[in-house]
Amino acid sequence: MKDIIHGKAYVVGDSIDTDQIIPAVHLVYSMKIPEERQFYGRYALCGLPETSQGLPAGNIPFTAPDRFKSDFTFVIAGTNFGCGSSREHAPFALQEAGAEVVIAESFARIFYRNAVDGGFVIPFESRARLIEQIRTGDVLTLDTRTGVLLNVTTDTEYLLDPLGDIAEILKCGNVFEYARRAGMMA
Amino acid sequence: MAQTITQKILAQHSGRSRVNPGENIWIDVDILMTHDVCGPPTIDIFKREFGESAKVWDKNKLVILPDHYIFTEDPHARRNIELLREFASLHDLPHYYDVGTSRYKGVCHIALAEEGFNRPGNVLFGTDSHTCTSGAFGLFSTGVGNTDAALIMGTGKIWVKVPDTMRFVFEGDLPPYLMAKDLILSVIGDIGFEGGTYKALEFDGKAVFDLSMEERMTLTNMAIEAGGKNGIIAPDEKTFEYVRSRTDHAFEPVYGDPGASYYSERVYDVSKMEPVVAKPHRPDNLANVSEVAGTRLDRAYIGSCTGGKIEDFMAAAAILEGNEVRVDTFVVPASSEVTRQLRERTMNGKTIWQVFLDAGCKMGHASCGACLGGPVDTFGRANGTEVVISTTNRNFPGRMGSKLAAVYLASPLTVAASALHGTITDPREVLV
Ligand code: SF4
Repeated sequence: MKDIIHGKAYVVGDSIDTDQIIPAVHLVYSMKIPEERQFYGRYALCGLPETSQGLPAGNIPFTAPDRFKSDFTFVIAGTNFGCGSSREHAPFALQEAGAEVVIAESFARIFYRNAVDGGFVIPFESRARLIEQIRTGDVLTLDTRTGVLLNVTTDTEYLLDPLGDIAEILKCGNVFEYARRAGMMA
Repeated sequence: MAQTITQKILAQHSGRSRVNPGENIWIDVDILMTHDVCGPPTIDIFKREFGESAKVWDKNKLVILPDHYIFTEDPHARRNIELLREFASLHDLPHYYDVGTSRYKGVCHIALAEEGFNRPGNVLFGTDSHTCTSGAFGLFSTGVGNTDAALIMGTGKIWVKVPDTMRFVFEGDLPPYLMAKDLILSVIGDIGFEGGTYKALEFDGKAVFDLSMEERMTLTNMAIEAGGKNGIIAPDEKTFEYVRSRTDHAFEPVYGDPGASYYSERVYDVSKMEPVVAKPHRPDNLANVSEVAGTRLDRAYIGSCTGGKIEDFMAAAAILEGNEVRVDTFVVPASSEVTRQLRERTMNGKTIWQVFLDAGCKMGHASCGACLGGPVDTFGRANGTEVVISTTNRNFPGRMGSKLAAVYLASPLTVAASALHGTITDPREVLV
């Protein structure tokens, strides 16, 4: 886990489910073969209705139509981000697109767990309703050690909730290294 | 101190006498299930972490059930089946249910029940969020991603955070116009679709134990639609009878202690409940059928792990028998066993299959079908601006294929009644 993460914000609403993060029709691509896995980056968050793509303006695709990488490092979301299916393709797609952090008011359980155990993106929770304070395209800097988030564009600082128990797994990189250290895996 | 059934099962599987909500523990897994969408990437991660020639921790405990993208020409989807087939043969897996053979089952959660893998007191994980369905048999079951599944595949172990339990008690006698789907949609509407996040949802009360195992599975299936970690119902004689008719495998039932403490408790009198729907585009967007009655429909869909079981079709057939549907109505059995029963069971001298055909329904093959949209050539997939009423469990934008489609979730009785009229219809209007 990097100490400092810097980049642009992409803002979405409440209850973004896994079909909006990566529609089921795209789940057929291999997550291993490089030429195929890049499509997860292309289609990340493409299931959002157009008007909900990149708030508050809308109509801003997370990944431009002909690209495989997104310009956005942070996804800023409301409540229950990642609800719905158990597909690990969801946090994976965000990572493939180049996102490193999702900051939400709350997460659905399986998405949260997948993000952490697979080491795909860092899920931070925020008490403040950031989706009403941060705009798509704002430049952010996050210190993952302290949870201090700076909106460089507006020069506003926020304090995110501590990562808690999951910090240990994130530091290990993924659940396998965590399991090895816990003596559960050779 | 007293513990809930969920705590006790987790405690036993972690080698302790007691575990507390909020604690992170490592547990032993009895069954791991995966399917065609998540199986191949799980296998890739397994090989990456444990080595190309590594063996699975216990091949008798791994169940592979292709079910999602089966009847499609999509080349990538077909490759997934190939990958599963190869893996199963390489590891000589006894519980692989291959497509195109007589072993093919269909939707994994129903197949787990039918094949006797849902055993009271057990711990079962699956790479599918509706793995919580199995909890109807008094076991701890939940969905995980590929990474967690790969760890289980290699070690038989996984970490979990012990959940608090929310208890839902259903008292009274269930009226003939209500089904388990009405009960669970009401719960989700009441607590909201993140109201159960990280929690165990336990269902209790006379009305629950009056239900068949199929109907109980409808309750636990949708625990995830309230964000729940697992859904669970204590086992009883009906459970034992079902399980014993499916497997010789031994099991040890577990029950919650009297006086266990619950995070919350809600009591419902089912005799006073109403037929309900979840309106587009959220499963907690609850309304009484009477509030949306008359809404014009383009399509009805009866299928999936939550609404494509034999009892779901018996209920729908009772309404459709001798009548004709006014909108395109798709019938997709959850499993090949359900298909067989549709062809065997009869109503007024006709097979149930024939009842649906005569009513003008379109009949599909056992699989997930259009429940999750799937490849564009999937049977029943919404490809435009359809207004759909469906017995499935999710209605997020795009879930059944098109982001522009609007999906209402309802019981098989309500869906069948609505298919007859072409508008959303209270089943009481057509039930005699
Ligand atoms: S039927 Fe639908 S909900 Fe059930 S496992 Fe298949 S896709 Fe998932």
